[in-house]
Amino acid sequence: MRLETLLPGAAQGETLKLSAPISFWGGVDPKTGMIIDARHPERGQSIAGKILLLPGTIGSSSASAVLLELVHAGRAPAAIVMPEPDAILLLGLVVAREMGWSTPPAYKASVSQQNALSARVHIADDGTIN
Amino acid sequence: MLTQEEQAIARGDRGDGAAMAMRIVAEAARLMGAPRLIPIASAHIDGALYHGDSGTLFAENLVEGQAKVAVRATLNVGALDLFGCSRQKLPPHERDMAKRMMRAYEAMGCEPSWTCAPYQAGHRPQTGTDVAWGESNAVVFCNSVLGARTNRYGDFLDIACAIAGRAPDYGLHRPENRKATLLIDLSDVAPALKQAEAFYPVLGTWLGLNAGTDIAVIDGLQGFPNEDNLKALGAASASAGGVGLFHVAGVTPEAPDAATALGFQKPQRILKPSASDLARAHDRLSTIATETIDAVAIGSPHLSLDEAHALESLLQGRSVKVPFYACTGRHVIRALDESGRRKPLEAQGIIFVADTCVVVTPMLPDGGGVLMTNSGKFAHYAPGNTGYAVAYGALKDCVESAVTGRLHRDESLWQ
Repeated sequence: MRLETLLPGAAQGETLKLSAPISFWGGVDPKTGMIIDARHPERGQSIAGKILLLPGTIGSSSASAVLLELVHAGRAPAAIVMPEPDAILLLGLVVAREMGWSTPPAYKASVSQQNALSARVHIADDGTIN
Repeated sequence: MLTQEEQAIARGDRGDGAAMAMRIVAEAARLMGAPRLIPIASAHIDGALYHGDSGTLFAENLVEGQAKVAVRATLNVGALDLFGCSRQKLPPHERDMAKRMMRAYEAMGCEPSWTCAPYQAGHRPQTGTDVAWGESNAVVFCNSVLGARTNRYGDFLDIACAIAGRAPDYGLHRPENRKATLLIDLSDVAPALKQAEAFYPVLGTWLGLNAGTDIAVIDGLQGFPNEDNLKALGAASASAGGVGLFHVAGVTPEAPDAATALGFQKPQRILKPSASDLARAHDRLSTIATETIDAVAIGSPHLSLDEAHALESLLQGRSVKVPFYACTGRHVIRALDESGRRKPLEAQGIIFVADTCVVVTPMLPDGGGVLMTNSGKFAHYAPGNTGYAVAYGALKDCVESAVTGRLHRDESLWQ
């Protein structure tokens, strides 16, 4: 399988599949990467270092700021996989790259494609899964 | 996709800051599938609110690269009241970094408006112009009430567009994407409710929960809402849901009537909220059944001068028994100073908050309790951001409750 690349780069690690969309602002602790939204099913898990599989994003336009802060703090996911690109969350990665910080890649994958991924994956530069 | 001039800017012909901004705008355009960039008339920047040191470093990096905004750019709230009306409880490092961030945005040529209601502080782009605005309530007001065109610009992209003077051409910038597909029929709602200030945050909450990603036209409000009502409706709809544009038939500029707003097509969906639907949306705004309150906060979005005058009239010279935060912009504080109204209100116990507000930075009394508000947006964010439970009520009820220290609420409209 090969995922469409949104922001290029390779990644490997454990996958963390979120079962509900998340708002990064108010939903993820920018210092630790812990999911803190009291109503979120994966509350208490950390997104740091994970291949983060998102069913979608919701909420505040400050999601980009939270993601940039996670990158700066070394607590960002290893990669972000989402069904559709968005102009808010991904901007955090675009800016991190401009700042010269080590920045995780992002890929596009539908929820059913995400479901086909195993618990630990390696994603090559071109989005190929192995 | 970029013009030769845009490519030259992205390579650094006008300095490192302008280059970084242009590359960020171009990346956003690529990600969203926009075929080109379009010129913008103005920007409203939500990115100067401190969420961590990285945002300050980004802004200072742009300043070091000599970046300046190419178009008029107002600033949304920051984490500090630099105007000096109120005090925030940020620890020293955070206070320093938040202040550096605010100063960096000013250094790029942004206007120190520090308000989430820039449209009531003299920043009103013309109908049909393209702009790049951030802050969900400002976005929905700009699109819906002013009829200017903006997507929801998040942190970083807002300032990048302001520096580049350009934005990606997609979404609500394109006229074909601004037509309503959802018809909201309010013909059965009682006129007494449509006249009530407290109706509009409730209608906005209901709309946010029910519209999804559809653009709605609301029919049946002709002759009722004033600008502050539309402001409250939009703010509540954008915090309870993801509304970026709505039309009100006979009221907003792209909706002389419902048919025009619908592009003369049949609506894909029609909703007619019942009295009990609206009562449920109203009940949802409060998180606690209570008889006492510990604080009141109004002004999300920031109070207009009219709303500040309404507060003064309702107080009738009486003092409040609980902390009463009135969040607004410098434009209103200055006007209140000029007419000699601010000092007497402060003597009655009103705490004016400029440049910021009670849900984006720590300032409410420690220990929590019950916060009463007339704002749908405060009602939405206060529990998570401040730890306070919320009691929602009209401005009149907020004032009476603050004067007596006990919850006073006229519920007759909702029964």
